[in-house]
Amino acid sequence: MSGRNILLAAAAVVALAVLASVPMLVSDYGLSLAVNIASYTVLATAWSLFSGPTRYISLATVAFFGIGAYTTAVFVETLAWPLVLLIATGVGIVVAAIVGLATLRLSGVYFVIFSFGLAELVRQLVTWFEVNKTRTLGRYVFAEITASQIYWQLLALAVLVFAIGFWINRSRLGLALRAIGDDETVARHAGIDATRAKVALFVLSTVFMTLTGAIMAPRWTYIDPAIAFNPVISFTVLIMALLGGVHRLYGPVLGVVPLALLFEFLLARFPNHFSIMVGLVFIVIVYLVPRGIAGLVESAVRKPA
Amino acid sequence: MLFEVTLSGVTLGGMYALVAMGLTLQYGVARIMNLSYGELLVAAAFAAFWFYSGLAVSPVIGLIVVPPIAFALSYAIYRILLQPLVRRAKTRDALEVDSILATFGLLFVIQGVMLALFGGAYFSYSFLSVPLKIAGATVAANRLLALLLAVAIGLALYFGLTRTRIGTAVRAVAVDPVAAQLVAIDVRTASALAFALGGALVAAAGVLVSMFLTFNANLGVVFTLKALVVVIMGGVGNLLGALIAGLILGLVENYVAVFVDPGLTLAATYAIFLIVLLIRPQGILGRSSR
Repeated sequence: MSGRNILLAAAAVVALAVLASVPMLVSDYGLSLAVNIASYTVLATAWSLFSGPTRYISLATVAFFGIGAYTTAVFVETLAWPLVLLIATGVGIVVAAIVGLATLRLSGVYFVIFSFGLAELVRQLVTWFEVNKTRTLGRYVFAEITASQIYWQLLALAVLVFAIGFWINRSRLGLALRAIGDDETVARHAGIDATRAKVALFVLSTVFMTLTGAIMAPRWTYIDPAIAFNPVISFTVLIMALLGGVHRLYGPVLGVVPLALLFEFLLARFPNHFSIMVGLVFIVIVYLVPRGIAGLVESAVRKPA
Repeated sequence: MLFEVTLSGVTLGGMYALVAMGLTLQYGVARIMNLSYGELLVAAAFAAFWFYSGLAVSPVIGLIVVPPIAFALSYAIYRILLQPLVRRAKTRDALEVDSILATFGLLFVIQGVMLALFGGAYFSYSFLSVPLKIAGATVAANRLLALLLAVAIGLALYFGLTRTRIGTAVRAVAVDPVAAQLVAIDVRTASALAFALGGALVAAAGVLVSMFLTFNANLGVVFTLKALVVVIMGGVGNLLGALIAGLILGLVENYVAVFVDPGLTLAATYAIFLIVLLIRPQGILGRSSR
């Protein structure tokens, strides 16, 4: 244990204290921006937790986010809040396990295709269920939860996702996943149960997405399937993670902050052309910064030495 | 009743088969996993709509005009947008990841343009919607025409690929891009050609679909997904497999829509996809690659 590690730990504690006091310091608008950034930080970091080492691109973020949001909408008025979050986690795990077990024993492209339509599938199933069984489409979310409380919960979730990511990188599971990402055949020959490692990590990463959706639901007072399963959310998360860099734990955050601010600006200025703009930003990122900001920083640091 | 449902299922399946044949060219030959594929179908449907209600031009004429435009557009997309990725990619897997990302961005751009132009509302036009009696069953004339045209296009494609020199070269690239170079096939040109041909096919399918289905700017994703499922189901790069799988999907979907619930058609697609993944992931007519 060197002095450098202690310094890093102290810096983390100070940063956390500053971040936790944000709701006391900023205006309502600032707080809503902070909630936005916090939620995308969890989503993008959770996304790269799985997709970073395995290089399997998941396009289903919003499927799990929406499942979480809908669970909240259904149960928030009748059950205690921790119980709601627990149910959301459970539903998310079941769906993720089905998806993972069906596709992750095959090559990556099957997983991508399956995840591509998953949000649309869940959206249609929820719509079908609501129209035929409960005979309502759209629900009001009345909860005694303030924006500050949402922010603190998201911050706690972010700390948790970073802690787990830190731990995975140092565990046998993390080593196994990096081996799979480099060459799956070699990894299998080295005695790694590749399918089990992938499914485990996929489920873990989606739990955070589901929880983010559950926590964010009270931000909208009204949700329907089109709002909860909006594909732009999956897309946004993907862009942010890629811009930041998926091969480092801190990478996605570097993409989240500038893009959240940029999208806020674009949404205000070009509300009708938002998805065109976002698509163009994304294409530029794929061509010009394939390794993300984290990759740029690393090569900039390495060059002078 | 059953005969009528089967007939309209075959029509839908024929569309899926046509769409999937184009995608199998793009993915099997050009090795581009094109997630913006269905957007071109919707764009073509809007073009046909605009021709018919704006200019009073029949969709059959649209079928002659729109696919060549889509061919040129897809060719340009491949040369400008995707070829840099092909050059950059070290392995096939790397190209797959890059192409997925780039075309995912393209999806939102094209969809955004269509939303800005037409909004999210559903569109349809009434062309040849007269009932015909066939063996006691009633069929809309526009569906029958769409099916016949799809069969004609599919046959033309099949013979074009199996009976001509260029077609044979394209198929050779699908089998082995490295070995194809050894017999003096220009792999880059063949890939660009296959990608553009795929674009023309999906545009043709878009015009046909617009004749008998209502559509909106958000429909592209669903068609892309179904085309992908059909391609996997039939075996990547296999035209006959795409035909069989497309027909199966169209039939199952139509039966589910009529006899179970129209809200569950995508669930039916996914159920089929799951069965394929569990039993035969290389596809009905596919060869095991790994």
